Amino acid sequence: MEAVINMVLLTLLVVVTLGVVRLRNLFAVVILGSIYSFLMASVFIVLDAVDVAMTEASVGAGISTVLMLTVLSMTRVEEAKPAHSPLLPLFVASATAAILIYGTWDLPGFGLAQTPVNTHVGAAYLERSIADTGVPNVVTSVLASYRGFDTLGETAVVFTAGIGVLLLLRRGRSRARLKKRQEERT
Amino acid sequence: MKLDVVLRIVTKLMLPFMLVFAAYVQFHGDYGPGGGFQAGVIAGAALILYAIMFGLEQSMRVVPTWVVEKMIPAGVLLYAGVGAVSFFYGENFLDYDVLGHDHVHAQELGIFLVELGVFITVAGTMIAIFYGFAGRGREE
Repeated sequence: MEAVINMVLLTLLVVVTLGVVRLRNLFAVVILGSIYSFLMASVFIVLDAVDVAMTEASVGAGISTVLMLTVLSMTRVEEAKPAHSPLLPLFVASATAAILIYGTWDLPGFGLAQTPVNTHVGAAYLERSIADTGVPNVVTSVLASYRGFDTLGETAVVFTAGIGVLLLLRRGRSRARLKKRQEERT
Repeated sequence: MKLDVVLRIVTKLMLPFMLVFAAYVQFHGDYGPGGGFQAGVIAGAALILYAIMFGLEQSMRVVPTWVVEKMIPAGVLLYAGVGAVSFFYGENFLDYDVLGHDHVHAQELGIFLVELGVFITVAGTMIAIFYGFAGRGREE
């Protein structure tokens, strides 16, 4: 059953990706991107990564789609013709894909208990989380307690991104306002 | 903003559920999936939906820009502040044990405060970026 679900989801992902590559209408591309995020969220649920699925659905399919649509309202909907031939990017992308697929041959089977991921700290966290923190959801206890430093860093990244975007947007606006004021004075 | 009346009514009906769901994801993150980051995004999405349906001016009356801009650093400060408290009690940075009388309580309080910090920063950032983009080209 799981194999069938995986096959359907991954096939749909490929179809959506081809649509994104082929289409010139940016509005359709943004909506397809949203669909792609929803499909990825479903894949994460199949992989039992519910926390990641939730983030993907809310950030990827929700907020970023809205932001993209907001940006679209300021630009043209039709994508401009590329100025250079797409052959070199196509070659780079296919070469990278080939290397990545070659890399997967050496990966251990999915979900095997003997893999390094499941034998080192991961198993220790699963065993000790309740005794150490009293939190049943190990994702939360790792995120906020065992790896609190990392999450502080992540929060700082979100902070930096927010401040950066605000500064960029605000600068343009205050400059426009300044210009207006100068025009009023003269 | 003249939009379809069905959309407006449905939005009004959905908003309280979205906000309660954000609170659920935030406070139930210890037991189920979710946490500060997801809850912050959901709360931000609720306000963005409100802004889309009822206009930017209306949503800026609910959550003004200066509040949003204070939220972004406030969350990081809360997070780092929790670390600093244990620091000044003579423990390691972000060691929650000094926050309560026994180990598990202290951990839960620490995780709660830290997740709250993440929530404030993420929600603030999402709304601020949306305000920044949506308000652009309007004043020029």
